[in-house]
Amino acid sequence: MRKSIIKLENVWKIYRMGNVEVNALQGLTLDVKEGEFLAIMGPSGSGKSTAVNMIGCLDVPTKGKIRLDSYDISKLDESELAQIRGKKIGFIFQQFNLIPTLTALENIMLPMIFQGVSERERINRAAKLLELVGLGDRISHKPTELSGGQQQRVAIARALANNPEVVIADEPTGNLDSKTGANVLSFLQKLHDTENKTIVMVTHDANLAKVAERTEFLKDGRIVKSLNNKIGD
Amino acid sequence: MFKDYFKFALDTISHRKMRSWLTMIGIFIGIAAVVALISLGQGFKQAINREFEKIGTDKLIILPKTGVGAPGANAAVELTEEDLDVVKKVSGIENVAGFVFANSKVEFGDNVNFFFIVGLPEGDERDLVAELQSLEIKEGRNLRDNDKSSALLGASVVEKELLGKNLKARDKIKINGNEFTIVGILEKTGDPGWDGSISIPEETLREVFNEPDKLDEIIVKVANVENINIIADKIKTDLRRFRDVKRDEEDFDVQTPEQLLGSFGDIINIVQSVLIGIAFISLIVGGVGIANTMYTAVIERTKEIGIMKSVGAQKKDILLIFVIESGLLGFIGGLIGVVLGFGLSNAVEFIAKNALGTNLIEAYFSYSLFFGALLFSFFIGALFGVMPARQAASLQPVDALRAK
Repeated sequence: MRKSIIKLENVWKIYRMGNVEVNALQGLTLDVKEGEFLAIMGPSGSGKSTAVNMIGCLDVPTKGKIRLDSYDISKLDESELAQIRGKKIGFIFQQFNLIPTLTALENIMLPMIFQGVSERERINRAAKLLELVGLGDRISHKPTELSGGQQQRVAIARALANNPEVVIADEPTGNLDSKTGANVLSFLQKLHDTENKTIVMVTHDANLAKVAERTEFLKDGRIVKSLNNKIGD
Repeated sequence: MFKDYFKFALDTISHRKMRSWLTMIGIFIGIAAVVALISLGQGFKQAINREFEKIGTDKLIILPKTGVGAPGANAAVELTEEDLDVVKKVSGIENVAGFVFANSKVEFGDNVNFFFIVGLPEGDERDLVAELQSLEIKEGRNLRDNDKSSALLGASVVEKELLGKNLKARDKIKINGNEFTIVGILEKTGDPGWDGSISIPEETLREVFNEPDKLDEIIVKVANVENINIIADKIKTDLRRFRDVKRDEEDFDVQTPEQLLGSFGDIINIVQSVLIGIAFISLIVGGVGIANTMYTAVIERTKEIGIMKSVGAQKKDILLIFVIESGLLGFIGGLIGVVLGFGLSNAVEFIAKNALGTNLIEAYFSYSLFFGALLFSFFIGALFGVMPARQAASLQPVDALRAK
């Protein structure tokens, strides 16, 4: 039995929009194991993104408990949360979310700055990561000078900058054509297989979810179905 | 880390050139005005100090009370040779000189102009006046004790051709209808009053202008500088008794260099403070401009802030990034402003020297003013950036990421 790395217990997220309360999550319970490749599926409005934001410590629950490693994140203040997030979690977004004024290399270096990594070490690691995602020759290109697929690869490199335990990918192929998307996906798979990273991927595409070990189906802010793609474990 | 934040700020500032320039204009106009005013004010004070140093700290000046601004100009109250005698008797005095002024028409050939005529006393007294006004002969010679119809020209009389061209020693001029021979020309003293005047022997002036007794100014040189205030008081007491006036109702003034310097300094300080105060208002307006720009930047870069937070930026990181950026806007604006400010004060000095002929107006430069102004402009920028930066720092990562 693998040890759990992120554990959500009866997590509620309630947004207030004017006088209306919106329950994005309604008692979500989820256990992400170390080294696992987990897919989260569901129709839009099902709370996938909210769930993944909770898993990634980007957001805090209205009610319920979230544990990341040994931390109870509801007990941490914003700065501690940011620190842990930067160290343990790497994000890959549908929109790539690179900073347009920074070069590919600088974008990858960004998470390391906030962890106080020395400049020399930063450049070293960022260059290696760019090499790893096959963009070694695009070091000083700005995001606007890169294709969508290239941008997403820079974003993956950035997600790996601080060597996090968990990589969270929110619709990582949503803005890419199917061929490039497949590329990105196989890269995630490689990360999981060779680097033993924990991957949590949100998608609405059942074909993509197939590469994951486990798929959780979300509806109305709670899990309605679980599917184990790989027998054993 | 700081280095990286500075780099971020520079990237952003250069990325949005137009807006950065417009924002910085507000700061550099203010800083330029403040720097120029401080520079000129300090320069003026320095020049005044220098003038007083030239005079020396061991001298007192006695003036009729109405005649402070324009000595000798129809003063209702007058000092006389008798007052001079009273002053001479005060102990602790090394030397005393009294002198008398007149305004007169002066002719040289066909050239006619009006001049301030100074009656130079004889002997030691003349030397005292020369010492006081730093008079030096440029051409010809000084007045001598036996001179009657000799005249000494101020530098500007010749330089500015106030009496036509080619005026030189041994030329003859007419003062109030009487013929005088020019015996010498003075070096420029920097005091426009002296430089534009003509000096003749005191006795001659009294005859020509029919002023048998009047004195416009008495200068006292004390033997021991330390006693200068005691001697000033003694002179006041003796003159009060002689002129039969009550304390605080004196119709004369005994000024010590310190007092003169002090009152000049006070006036300069007041004028300078008012002007700098006005310039500061423009700086505040510049600061508000920075705040405005930064608020826009926060809204524009909400998504960027979200990204930074998602990769581990803490509140303090975002706060620093934005405060450094606004501080840098202030700093760069300040740098331009300081350079402009010193340029401006030097231009004013140049104009004053060449067009007005005074060396009292000069630009003062110091590194503390230079760096002080730079630091201050960074501070203004940072200060006005704090509110927008706090807004940026307190954005929730999820909300910020959702922004377009």
